[in-house]
Amino acid sequence: MKISEIKSILNAELICGEEFIENEVHTACGSDMMSDVLAYVKEQAVLLSGLVNPQVVRTAEMMDMKCIVFVRGKQPDEDMIELAVERDIVLLGTKLEMFTSCGLLYKNGLKGGSGI
Amino acid sequence: MELLSLHYDVSGTDFTCAGEASSKIKRNLKELGFPTSVIRNVAIAVYEGEINLVIHGGGGVIDVEISPECISIVLADQGPGIPDVALAMQEGYSTAPDNVRQLGFGAGMGLPNIKKYTDEMIIESEVGKGTTIKLKVFVK
Ligand SMILES: Nc1ncnc2c1ncn2[C@@H]1O[C@H](COP(=O)(O)OP(=O)(O)OP(=O)(O)O)[C@@H](O)[C@H]1O
Ligand SMILES: [Mg+2]
Repeated sequence: MKISEIKSILNAELICGEEFIENEVHTACGSDMMSDVLAYVKEQAVLLSGLVNPQVVRTAEMMDMKCIVFVRGKQPDEDMIELAVERDIVLLGTKLEMFTSCGLLYKNGLKGGSGI
Repeated sequence: MELLSLHYDVSGTDFTCAGEASSKIKRNLKELGFPTSVIRNVAIAVYEGEINLVIHGGGGVIDVEISPECISIVLADQGPGIPDVALAMQEGYSTAPDNVRQLGFGAGMGLPNIKKYTDEMIIESEVGKGTTIKLKVFVK
């Protein structure tokens, strides 16, 4: 799935990373707990989170993730956006909640870490 | 390639900056052309360690030595120390306060995760004196 499709499925706003929006991603994970993302996530390219602080972008950076979707209308601040731009990470924001966002993406073909 | 040494000071009060050292180390390894898997293992282990320095250790230092065969990392702080290292190494054990959980950490997964992503891990800790964690990731 292209990141641009994630944007339209979630009716999301593009916060930064327009140049990467046609890139393909295949797997995603959803968590507000960065500890768990660092411990359990394998190769997922997309992180959905309701947590907003710079460590969300850092965590994605360490895990080589391509895109972060902030759910429940959460807005990253300027510093986080700058960090994401420097690291070539796309930021999207949706008003949908976590469960709905994950469900919609899953239904449309995005997989979890175990490939299921 | 010659041995390359890197040194970073990690603030114990500025959670916003936590991860800056890990990020720089990661970019250095990338520029040096290390395999993606090695870079990822080092990045996750150092980042977990750096976050621990900030939230538990009151800040500290990170030293990295890079050779073609091995990345060695030492994370050292002069914080409260770990009374029971074996207990701290267990998945799910955490003394992190609520405000740390609200920031997305404190699941008690950091130390076990560091172990998982490194080839060698030695913890030296003394209560009231501080903690030193020595890590090695071999380039296979
Ligand atoms: N540098 C340190 N100084 C003092 N105590 C530490 C240090 N590092 C870890 N600890 C202790 O070991 C416990 C377990 O650490 P670990 O990194 O596994 O989990 P955590 O940091 O609590 O949560 P998580 O890493 O999942 O965000 C900590 O809760 C803390 O009590
Ligand atoms: Mg930790």
